[in-house]
Amino acid sequence: MAREKKGDESSAERDALAREQANAAGGESEMDLLLSEDGEARRRFLKQALIAGGGLAAANLLLHYQTNVAAQTRASANLVSTQTATAGAIPVTLRVNGRDYALQIEPQVTLLDALRERIGLTGSKKGCDRGQCGACTVLADGHRINSCLALAAAYEGAEITTVEGLARGEELHPVQAAFIKHDGFQCGYCTPGQIMSAVGLLHEGCPPGMTVRECMSGNICRCGAYNGIVAAVEEARGAKA
Amino acid sequence: MSDQNIGKPVPRKEGRAKVTGAARYVDDLAVPGMLYGVTVRSHVARGRISEIIFGDRIPWDEFTVVTARDIPGANAVALILNDQPYLADRIVNHAEEPILLLAHEDKYLLEEARRAVRVEIEPLPAVFSIEDSLAKKEIVWGEDNVFKSFLVEKGNVDEVWDSPGLVVVEGVYATGAQEQLYIETNGVIATASREEGVVVQGSMQCPYYVHKALVKLFDLPEDKVRVIQTETGGGFGGKEEYPSMIAGHAALLAWKSGRPVKMIYDRAEDMTATTKRHPSRTRHRTAVTRAGQLLGMEIDFVIDGGAYATLSAVVLSRGTIHAAGPYNCPNVRIRSRAVATNAPPHGAFRGFGAPQSIFALERHLDKVAAAVGLAPEELRRRNFISRGETTATGQVIREEVDMGALLDRAFELSDYHAKRERFSRENVGNKIKRGIGFASFMHGAGFTGSGEKYLQSVVGCEATAEGRVRVLAASTEIGQGTNTIFAQIAADALGLDYERVEVVRPDTASVPNSGPTVASRTCMIVGKLVESAALQLKQTLAGAGLLQEPYTAEEFERACREYIEKNGALKSFSQYRQPEGVEWDDEHYRGDAYGAYAWAVYVAEVSVDTLTYEARVEDFVAVQEVGRVIHPVLAAGQIEGGVAQGVGWTLYESVVWAGGRMANGQMTNYIIPTSADIPPIRVHFFENPYAGGPAGAKGIGELPMDGPAPAILNAVEHATGVRFDSVPLTPEAIMEALEGEAVKA
Repeated sequence: MAREKKGDESSAERDALAREQANAAGGESEMDLLLSEDGEARRRFLKQALIAGGGLAAANLLLHYQTNVAAQTRASANLVSTQTATAGAIPVTLRVNGRDYALQIEPQVTLLDALRERIGLTGSKKGCDRGQCGACTVLADGHRINSCLALAAAYEGAEITTVEGLARGEELHPVQAAFIKHDGFQCGYCTPGQIMSAVGLLHEGCPPGMTVRECMSGNICRCGAYNGIVAAVEEARGAKA
Repeated sequence: MSDQNIGKPVPRKEGRAKVTGAARYVDDLAVPGMLYGVTVRSHVARGRISEIIFGDRIPWDEFTVVTARDIPGANAVALILNDQPYLADRIVNHAEEPILLLAHEDKYLLEEARRAVRVEIEPLPAVFSIEDSLAKKEIVWGEDNVFKSFLVEKGNVDEVWDSPGLVVVEGVYATGAQEQLYIETNGVIATASREEGVVVQGSMQCPYYVHKALVKLFDLPEDKVRVIQTETGGGFGGKEEYPSMIAGHAALLAWKSGRPVKMIYDRAEDMTATTKRHPSRTRHRTAVTRAGQLLGMEIDFVIDGGAYATLSAVVLSRGTIHAAGPYNCPNVRIRSRAVATNAPPHGAFRGFGAPQSIFALERHLDKVAAAVGLAPEELRRRNFISRGETTATGQVIREEVDMGALLDRAFELSDYHAKRERFSRENVGNKIKRGIGFASFMHGAGFTGSGEKYLQSVVGCEATAEGRVRVLAASTEIGQGTNTIFAQIAADALGLDYERVEVVRPDTASVPNSGPTVASRTCMIVGKLVESAALQLKQTLAGAGLLQEPYTAEEFERACREYIEKNGALKSFSQYRQPEGVEWDDEHYRGDAYGAYAWAVYVAEVSVDTLTYEARVEDFVAVQEVGRVIHPVLAAGQIEGGVAQGVGWTLYESVVWAGGRMANGQMTNYIIPTSADIPPIRVHFFENPYAGGPAGAKGIGELPMDGPAPAILNAVEHATGVRFDSVPLTPEAIMEALEGEAVKA
C-alpha cells in the first residue's frame, strides 16, 4: 500500500533525518513515517488563533517570532526550499507521559502540533484548531488545557499527559475502562479529549453547584454519546471517592 | 444458528484502540515525500471567471498547481447526473466552489500561497431561496431550476374537499440547513500515476462511490483505482458523497506532482464548503371529519438542492415517501420538487429528507387535532396505519404494527398525561413555561424502491486455517458499530465466539461492493448478507464432509484447516436478492417503497424561559419498534445520538447565509449541543423480528433524527400557547413571537 512506498532520493534523505530524530525520541516505525514530514516544516506563520489564546508567554514569544518572520520571508523570496536546520527554531524540552523529548521547534508551534507531528503522539486530535471542540484536550500538571491553543515552548517544564500516557501496559486507566463499559463514544474522534477532560475533572473536582454535564461541556461529541460519557465520568468519580 | 452473541452487549471491536489513542485516522498517517494540498475556492455565488492572478512573494515554481485543464478524464463528480465539476471551468455556480488546487511540502507556506491567489469573477445574478427558485427569478440550472419532481397519488384527493361536514386545515412549514459537523473533518491521502494507478485512503462512508468517481475522473480501468477507508471520525451522511470530491482533488495533485498528497480540510472550510442538510418548505392541506378521520391529504414538499444535482433526487424521494407518515388515509397527493439555488450543494444527512417532511406532518397534525377539538394523540390513534392497510404509495403493510402500543408506552414512560395537565395549570403566572409534546413516525430501511435491486450488493466471508472468520464488506465503521454487529451476526450464524470473527477494513482491492454505508441499510440489508455468507461457509464445510452439527470451535478449526489444505482457500459470497412479492413502480412512484419500516413515538418535555427566550429540552423518551435488537447498548447509542442531533437541528443549529455563503462557519457561532444541553434520553425498544433482516433486525440509524423536531415544537406550543412552524427555533424567533403575543394581549 501507499504508505510503504519509498520516495525519491531527497525524500529518502529526509526520511533518514526523520528516523534519526524519531530514534532520539524513542520512536516506533509508525512514527518514522509521521516525522518524515516534519524535517521540512519551516517558515511557519503564526495563526491568529494563537494570538488570541496564548497570554503573556505568547506575547513574549510573538516578539521573538516577528523577527523570524522577516528572516523567513526573505528566505522564501530567495526560493530556498531545502534548508536543513529550521530557521528560528529554539530548543525546547517537553516532558510528556513521564518522558523527556528534546525538540528544536519554532516558537509559534502549538503544543498539539508538537505532540502530533514532532513527537509522534497522534492520540490527541485536531477537531477545529481554534479551542472550540475540545478534541485536543491534554493535561498540563494535571489541569485540562486545549493543546491547540497552547504554545509548546510555553510548556517546558510542565508535566504533560496525553491519552497515550494513561494505560499501564495492558491495564486501562479506570476512566478508559469506564468509557468502554458505558459506551461513552461512537466514532472515537473526540474520545481522547473527552477522556483527558474526564481525568482532569477527577483531579480538579466539579465546583459546587455544577454538574458533570456542565463540567464536561467544553468537549463536543457530535455522535451524541453524552449519556454514556456522563455515566462513565460519574462511575470513575464514584470509584475515586 | 446459535444465539449467544446477538442481543448481548459484546465489547465494541475497535473500542480499546479508540480509548487509548491507538486508532489511526487519516490525519494521523503520513507517507514519505508527501505534499500537502489545498483548494482555492470561489468567493462569489455565481459568476464568470475572468482572471486568475498569482500574487508575488510566493515561490510559485515550487508549487504544483492544478486547474480544470489538468483533468485526464471527465471533469464531473460521478454520482447521479454528473453535473458537478471537480474544478470550475469559466463559470462558478456557488460560493466555495473549487477552482484551483495547490500542493507543497510546507503546509504553512501553502496556506500563504492559497491566500495569494486572486480569482477575478464577474458576478452573475444568483438565486438564494426556494421561493425565488420556484418563481424562476433567474434560471440557474437546466430549463426550470428543478432537479427532480415526484408525484404520489393514492385515491382521488380532488373529490374530497367538497364533501359535507369536513374540516379543512392548511399549514406551511419550513426547516433550515444543518451542518453534519463530524469532529474529524474531511481528509484523504492520495498517490497517483498513469503506471501505478490511483490509490486513495481516507475518511469516508462509501469507498465504492469514491472508486466510481475516480475511475471517471482519471479515465482508468477499475483495477487501476484503489480506495481504502481509514478510521473515520463520524459521517452522518456528510461523508457519503463529498469524499469523492476531496479524493479526486488530492489524486489530481498527486497525478501532476508525482508525489503523495495529503488533503485535510480546516474546520471552517469543511463547514462552509461541504454539504449540509437540505432546507425545506412544505405545504399541507388536510381534509378531516369532525370525528377525526383523515380523508384527504394534499402535500407540496420542496427542498433546496443548492447549485448541483448531486444526491438531491434521492433525498427528495425519501422525503416524499415519508411525507404522509404512519397513517391510513384513503386519498393522498404528494407533489415534490428539488430545486436549484446558488448555495453549495446540499447533501446527505441522517434521515435524508424524511426529517424535513415528517417535521411538517407532525406539526400539522397537532393543528388538525385542535381544529376538530381532539387531543393530539386521539387524532393520531384514529388514523394509525395497521397491518393490511396501505401507505401513501399503496404499499400494503404486511408486518404486525401497533403504533397505539408504542404511544401507550411512550406516554407511560414520560408520564405524559399527568405532566400535560400539571404544566397547563402551573404555567399561568410562571416565567418559566413548561410543555410536553410528541411525534409519531416511521422510517424505511434500505434504499428506496428498486434501489437495492439495482445495487446488487455482495458480502464475502472467509475462514483462515486457524479457524478464524473474516467478514469482507465495503460497509464502513463510522462509529455506529458496523464491525461489532457484523461480527455478532457472523459468529451466531457459525455458532462461534465473537472474538473469532474479524471485520476486514474496507479496501476496494480486497472487499466486494456491499453498497454505500447509508439509508439505514447496513444492519438490515448488508447484515442479512453477512448472515447468509457465513451460513454458506458452514454449508461448504458440511458439503465437503468436514463438518457436522453440532460442532465445537476446535472441530470448526480442524475442518477449515483441512478444507484450505485441499482447496487453497475457504470463501463464500452472498448477493442481494429482492424478496418475493416486493414490487415497485418507479414511473408512478407506487408500491413497496421499503422492505421494512421502523416505527416510533417520541415524547419531548421542554421549558421556555420567557425572560431569556431560551427553550431547553428537559426530558426525552424514545420508544421504537426496530425488529430484533442486535446490540442493545450500540442500538440505544444510535437513538441517543440521533436525538441529540435532532435537538440541535430544532433549537440551536442555525446556518446564517450571506450572499450564498455560510457566514458562521465556526463552532463558536454555529452552535451544536454540548453535554449540558442534552437531557437524559430514555430509550425503549419493542422487538418484532422481521424476516428480511439478520436474526430479524431492521434499520435504526436514521430513525431517531425524524422525531425530535416536531415533538419539541409541539411541546413548545403546549408551553407557550404559540405555534411555531419552522426550525431552527432560536431565542430570537421565540422573542419575536412572544412579544407579538404580548402586543396582541
